[in-house]
Amino acid sequence: MARKLMKGNEVIAAAAINAGCRYFFGYPITPQNEIPEYMARELPKVGGVYVQAESEVAAINMVYGAAGAGARVLTSSSSPGISLMQEGISYIAGAELPCVLVNIMRAGPGLGGVQPSQADYFQATKGGGHGDYHVLVLAPANLQEAADLTQSAFDLADRYRNPVMVLADGMIGQLMEPVELLPARPAVDLPPKDWATTGTATSGGRRRVINSLYLYPDQLEQHVHALYAKYAAMEHAEVRYELHQCDDAEVVIVAYGTTSRIARSAIEKCRRLGLRVGLLRPITLYPFPFAAFEQVIARTQAFLVVEMSMGQMLDDVKIAVAGRKPISFYGRTGGIVPTPEEVVKQVQALLGGGP
Amino acid sequence: MKTVYEKSAGLTDVPLHYCPGCTHGIIHKLVAESLVELGVLGRAIAVAPVGCAVFAYDYFNCDAQEAAHGRAPAVATGIKRVHPDAIVFTYQGDGDLASIGMAEIVHAAMRGENLTVIFVNNAIYGMTGGQMAPTTLVGQRTTTSPLGRSRSGQGAPLRICEMLATIEATAYVARVSVHTVPRLTAAKRAIKKAFQLQMDNKGFSLVEVLSTCPTNWGLSPVEALRWVEQTMIPVYPLGVYKDLEGGT
Repeated sequence: MARKLMKGNEVIAAAAINAGCRYFFGYPITPQNEIPEYMARELPKVGGVYVQAESEVAAINMVYGAAGAGARVLTSSSSPGISLMQEGISYIAGAELPCVLVNIMRAGPGLGGVQPSQADYFQATKGGGHGDYHVLVLAPANLQEAADLTQSAFDLADRYRNPVMVLADGMIGQLMEPVELLPARPAVDLPPKDWATTGTATSGGRRRVINSLYLYPDQLEQHVHALYAKYAAMEHAEVRYELHQCDDAEVVIVAYGTTSRIARSAIEKCRRLGLRVGLLRPITLYPFPFAAFEQVIARTQAFLVVEMSMGQMLDDVKIAVAGRKPISFYGRTGGIVPTPEEVVKQVQALLGGGP
Repeated sequence: MKTVYEKSAGLTDVPLHYCPGCTHGIIHKLVAESLVELGVLGRAIAVAPVGCAVFAYDYFNCDAQEAAHGRAPAVATGIKRVHPDAIVFTYQGDGDLASIGMAEIVHAAMRGENLTVIFVNNAIYGMTGGQMAPTTLVGQRTTTSPLGRSRSGQGAPLRICEMLATIEATAYVARVSVHTVPRLTAAKRAIKKAFQLQMDNKGFSLVEVLSTCPTNWGLSPVEALRWVEQTMIPVYPLGVYKDLEGGT
């Protein structure tokens, strides 16, 4: 299949349809509107259904119903809308339903702004809603990866019966790049959805109930332990990251998504200045690639975390590094995207080198 | 021996948890019987609320999903869009539907979702211990309106049927009661009609059933039935508020 120049939001939407997603429920919010617009236009052509909900609260509960009915289902939103969905996401995780969520982050808090941000790291990776649960979080750094991860997201959701979030920002959502979409492929070796509500006439008379209510504490504790066994399996099997020019790196920049692209440009400039700098790029934010740090920690003198936030992934980097090496942080927020030059300056301050 | 009465096949064998004198059990029975008599139990999917009927998924002998508080119409929308041939219904109380879930019910009706809603109105929050609901009558004492609901500051009861009947895409909206045998028979007719309309793809149907809460009303079961007749019905008149087919 030929490569096509596409916009980030449309790439995600097209990849979802390619992955067999036939149901979309959402509510308009900038800067992700091309996703629902694409779905409204394209889903009916493949026998799918697009419903514009009255709110993000309703949208995520429609996702719950459709996922519980056995469908591949997507919703997308941006930061304040994801906040509104958190109750429903907690129910979906509690009821062990597979679905894919896209968060094209914008700056907060509150109404904030519509420019790119990475300040939803906490609400994406640390549960977000009430109770003990996790959402598997995938963070693409370019549009080809956005396409590939969106397709994987549906398989991961079905495999673990858990919500999977594709976490990007307004920059990734709005930029254009050439992309090759994988042809629609059937998911292989996924467990059958023998829990989905389809009517007892289609399930041999056995009742199926989708639920997250356990009034007896011992039963609820057992249920949460079962969820955590799944998260342990994800932590074992699904961690993804990239190491770039880390072999001789004295400073390792840790960044994901848009800021990892900026870090990559900064590293090029640093290398030209003779500064040995590398990149550790988490691709799964939950599960976080803690073990990846062990591959670089012996050689590196310091870590530099770069985020479009006041320092949220920074907490996980601190856990990974565990005080063994110094960690610096450089963050821009409010919708400001840092420049490679700003990052180079941070590296220079750490290594004291360069002109 | 001739069987003259038996429990509906539409109900499971799980014992109901409802308080003595509460009419939720009767309403469950009417819904279950309707599904069986229409021959659609095997393709029925129930959506349970948060509130007294939270365990409805244990009682109806069909597939079910438990929704977050107020969100049953949204959950039902998701199910119905995936399985258009299923008979999807929500079973919601007045706190769930008329307070926290107002947006979801209005918009499911506005979209004309081909769903059936069984709306059980007992004018109070039962499960949480008798707090004021949007449907609480003026002057009615609850734990959060200890002096009686006051028009000033607490407003007057929301009339859901009257409101939803104004929405173009609703197919059938009716208010019934189960406090006497004739009323119960009429209630079942309305519930069955609502399901039949869904089977015929006519769109959104809602049956509001006035129900008792002896525990939180502070009345005996018999007094509670009388309270429905004398106090609730004047505020919530029974009848068909919308019928696309023109009948009553």
